[in-house]
Amino acid sequence: MKSVQDYPKTVEQIYRNEFRRVLATLIRFLGDIDQAEEALHDAFKIALEQWPQQGIPDNPRAWLVSVGRFKAIDKFRRNARFDSIDEIPAHLATLISPADDNLDESLEDDQLRLIFTCCHPSLSPEAQIALTLREICGLSTEEIAHAFLIAPKTVAQRIVRAKAKIRDARIPYEVPELEHLSDRLDSVLKVIYLVFNESYSTSSGIELMRHDLSAEAIRLGRLLLELMPSEPEIPGLLALMLLQDSRRAARINAQGDLILLDEQDRSLWNRDQVNEGVILVKHALGLSGFGAYTLQAAIAAVHAEAPSAGETDWREIVGLYNVLKQIYPSPIVELNRAVAVAMRDGPAMGLELIEALISQGQLVDYHFMYAAKADFHRKLGQRNEAIEAYQHALQLTQQEPERRFLQKRLTELQNQ
Amino acid sequence: MKYLCLICAEKVMEQMSKTDADKHYEEYREFTTDIRKSGHFVDCNRLLPPSEAITIRVRKGKISSTDGPFVETKEQIGGYYVIEARDLNEAIQVAAKIPGAALGCVEIRPIANDLQTLDVLGLG
Repeated sequence: MKSVQDYPKTVEQIYRNEFRRVLATLIRFLGDIDQAEEALHDAFKIALEQWPQQGIPDNPRAWLVSVGRFKAIDKFRRNARFDSIDEIPAHLATLISPADDNLDESLEDDQLRLIFTCCHPSLSPEAQIALTLREICGLSTEEIAHAFLIAPKTVAQRIVRAKAKIRDARIPYEVPELEHLSDRLDSVLKVIYLVFNESYSTSSGIELMRHDLSAEAIRLGRLLLELMPSEPEIPGLLALMLLQDSRRAARINAQGDLILLDEQDRSLWNRDQVNEGVILVKHALGLSGFGAYTLQAAIAAVHAEAPSAGETDWREIVGLYNVLKQIYPSPIVELNRAVAVAMRDGPAMGLELIEALISQGQLVDYHFMYAAKADFHRKLGQRNEAIEAYQHALQLTQQEPERRFLQKRLTELQNQ
Repeated sequence: MKYLCLICAEKVMEQMSKTDADKHYEEYREFTTDIRKSGHFVDCNRLLPPSEAITIRVRKGKISSTDGPFVETKEQIGGYYVIEARDLNEAIQVAAKIPGAALGCVEIRPIANDLQTLDVLGLG
């Protein structure tokens, strides 16, 4: 038996575990995020008052949903009095019907519906990210702002506008039809990966990695995998994030300097994340229709399984890049492939591929390409060309740890 | 998180007709009852009109004073709420229901909760 004093704590615990799911269901019932948030708030307020006296209901989740619904109807009726509307709209009238029998099942689907709404292509990527982090992950406006190093009022306005857009454009709360599913899933995965990348490296400033966002992105990936287990790109993306995240401790030294993959202390890699990532990649590769995330994860898995940089299976990696290049031709893939080819066949071969990219006018603003070019020249003993390429790369990046890394290499060469 | 909601409007209660003011008061009664119930309420009050204001300055230890508010604008602060909300977006949702928001505007200011402020003000 719980004493009365324990109840606020218990209710709070239930709140933390349940509010995301309860909110998603209320949004489906009420067709409006703001109204659903209010209903959720009211339901928990009542829980805090009633549960200590009457005990916690057998199914708190269903209890919260149904109390939230009744509170919303209540409010609607009261406002209708002011607006002199007698008719209750159809979508609210259905609320008054008895609660669903299979509520628990539909709760899971509701979260999935909400993910697709938050990542709807008619919202800007910034709005998709802010809305997903707030409505799905339950982050506060201030937490999102802090993670992205922007003002809370900017995030708040993005969220207000996105909600208005969903309302005005009547963006539905539904999982897309099969024919649109793959496109729409792409935009969901893109949002998750953007959240992850934001934590992994910021475009400017000295803070290279931010932990909370990567954890949220991985959590979103897990949730999506649970909700849509047969889509190969979901385990693919989750694996990619886990494998990249596994190197977090090894990627930066105590001075905050960047350490490249081949110089990282592999004993610092998170083995649990590596193992889970590798299993997920194998699973994804076995499903039909895998794509770029799965292939990138497969490449990361080859690195993860190599006991040392020297023992990396570059043939396998070049092979995976060849497949990736065929399915998703992009200059970035070409560049990464050039680096892998250089490792397999020597820097001269890599340089040739990079020169080809430059002659096509590709990636000429991308610091990473010049850093790779510089590295190849350096290994070939072409000191002046290497210096020139490092200087070019330095001009193109604002990120502090990368600047320090490039500057260090440049200084080494200039002192030779 | 606590937020201060400053209600600004062209007319304060004293400048309205009795009927309009009575109606407006009733809207405030309803809103305030609601946010007390919902748990968002921390504090609130109405301010007398800016014509009742006096602004003071202390320079070289001497007080000087002038009539009226220190900023003269068409819109005047008529009252305030301090609310407790989960985040800025929840504060926006609550503040949107302040009756004055439909007549004038509401400025939402997050209230500082950094350690130094809490310590200095004895609020910790």
